[in-house]
Amino acid sequence: MTDITHIPARPIKWSTVLDHAILITGALFMLIPMLMVLQTVTTTDVQTIRNGPEFVIGDQFGANFYKAMFEASGFSGENSGTSMLINSMILGLGFALGKIVIGMMAAYALVYFRLRFATFAFWLIFTTLLLPLEVRILPSYEVAQKLGLLNTYTGLIVPLIASATATFFFRQYFRSIPEELVEAARIDGAGPIKFFIDILMPLSQTMIAAMFIIMFVYGWNQYLWPTMITTEEGMYTLVRGIKQITQDFEGNNIPEYGRANMLALIAILPPVAVVIFFQSWFVKGLTESDK
Amino acid sequence: MAQVTLENVRKVYPNGFEAVAPTRLEIKDGEFAVLVGPSGCGKSTLLRMIAGLEDITEGALRIGDRVVNNVDPADRDIAMVFQNYALYPHMTVRRNIGYGLKNRKTPADVIEEKVQQAAKMLNLTDYLDRKPSQLSGGQRQRVAMGRAVVRDPSLFLFDEPLSNLDAKLRQQMRIEIKALQRRLGVTSIYVTHDQVEAMTMADRIIVMNAGRIEQVGTPAEIYHAPATTFVASFMGAPPMNLLDARLESGQLMINGNTALMAAPGEGEITLGIRPEDVVLHPEGDIGFQVEIVEELGAHRLLHGKLADQPFTIYLGKDVSAQTGEARISLRPEALRMFDKSTGKAL
Repeated sequence: MTDITHIPARPIKWSTVLDHAILITGALFMLIPMLMVLQTVTTTDVQTIRNGPEFVIGDQFGANFYKAMFEASGFSGENSGTSMLINSMILGLGFALGKIVIGMMAAYALVYFRLRFATFAFWLIFTTLLLPLEVRILPSYEVAQKLGLLNTYTGLIVPLIASATATFFFRQYFRSIPEELVEAARIDGAGPIKFFIDILMPLSQTMIAAMFIIMFVYGWNQYLWPTMITTEEGMYTLVRGIKQITQDFEGNNIPEYGRANMLALIAILPPVAVVIFFQSWFVKGLTESDK
Repeated sequence: MAQVTLENVRKVYPNGFEAVAPTRLEIKDGEFAVLVGPSGCGKSTLLRMIAGLEDITEGALRIGDRVVNNVDPADRDIAMVFQNYALYPHMTVRRNIGYGLKNRKTPADVIEEKVQQAAKMLNLTDYLDRKPSQLSGGQRQRVAMGRAVVRDPSLFLFDEPLSNLDAKLRQQMRIEIKALQRRLGVTSIYVTHDQVEAMTMADRIIVMNAGRIEQVGTPAEIYHAPATTFVASFMGAPPMNLLDARLESGQLMINGNTALMAAPGEGEITLGIRPEDVVLHPEGDIGFQVEIVEELGAHRLLHGKLADQPFTIYLGKDVSAQTGEARISLRPEALRMFDKSTGKAL
């Protein structure tokens, strides 16, 4: 009989240690910039520029928040954090909802109606995935400018709204809805519009939620297009406005690290909130398999 | 209430496949007609044409006195029950049943009353606020029935409504559907591939094969006097025995030279006999090689060979049976003769 109270030390598995080291490094790599933002937000700009990032949490959070949200920057004094937040919100929501509506309707037409060139039309839409905004930005700008859409919400949202991605996902989803449901609705006297609103939209909730997450974040983070289409500071979005603030390091001006980082923090929050909120829905939708 | 008339109705798919050959059929007012046949025989296509879910290539379809070839399904005054129930998963039972009425601009209080009525008839009153996913298969089927009943249509169409249920429930629902149809007196067309369902539910059975109607008749007619060898072998479990036989000098001969009875004509024929019309007794004039005894409790089935052709006989539970050589005789009045080449009854 061996002594059972003696438990030999577990041998160190170096491969596990290495795995963890890699994971920890990766986590820090992602976290440190975030922590630096959080730290900078609590100190004054002077302290930041003098000492760099520190392990100190200052008492300037409130002051920086007030400055970021309510004090104007730039020349015109129209782009306070609040107005930029509102503009970003309008862009994100308009972008996401517009893409969902257009994508759903296009997919509805492609899947449920006997169009002559439905497959061709679908592939035509699909190939636009290969032509992102950056490729067509000059012609798009010219069209928008000629239509007088510069510095308008319409100009900010509409030129970006057609979506091959959303059309594709909705098409695949609609095709998975049983044919019998369509037929039952036909016999129940639901016309195309009623079927779309009463049956298809409620059934697509989870898909809509998923698309909303993707498209809202995508729209919120738009940088190039808003930069081109908005010249008035009152129309700036957050993502565009932050850059404006950090870049004036000239003469005696101290870059407004506190304000810029605070705005960055604020700019992160809505997408995070959207993801967290819709994720629970998303998971629920995926586990309820019954269609 | 309405009768349904098909005048040379035909269905050809764009790829040239003829799913339903020109078909003439009349279903009487208040009748429970069952379309039965193997899968791919065109029975569902025919039903879907009556529903308006498939275009009719040729011919005229009448419901009542109206030609409805180009009438929208919603305006044909029909209700349909689908194989997979086709309930709207996001709606409660109440809304599922009432949806058709709502689309017809029925006032909300009338809808509620009719839904309550239908729910009571189908024992669904306690489930009105549930979603389809919270119901069992049988309950879902009843909701699908409720959706049909509530609209008070002149024609019910059933597309294999019981095939997703387990055997016991299927038997129960069979009786429920039949009783409901009796009570409401609505003309019904019911599609199934299950010949037991067809036999037990139908006023009239329409047997289809390869896009054609093989026979139309009451269950008894179909069972005892099949018009073709196809009907003989499709209907009944076990099916009718079919044997090669010969008509020679006024006698019906099988097994080479065993004369069964006097019959006019000459030449090769197919002889049919139901397993229960075969009698097992020691002085029987025909030899039968029993290979398998299938014990079914109330009765037994003996499977084996008669003159090297597969043959089945049905035995009551009181008769003992074992494998090996046996003697049988066939009831002459139960013999059916079919043309060897066309398969048609003689």
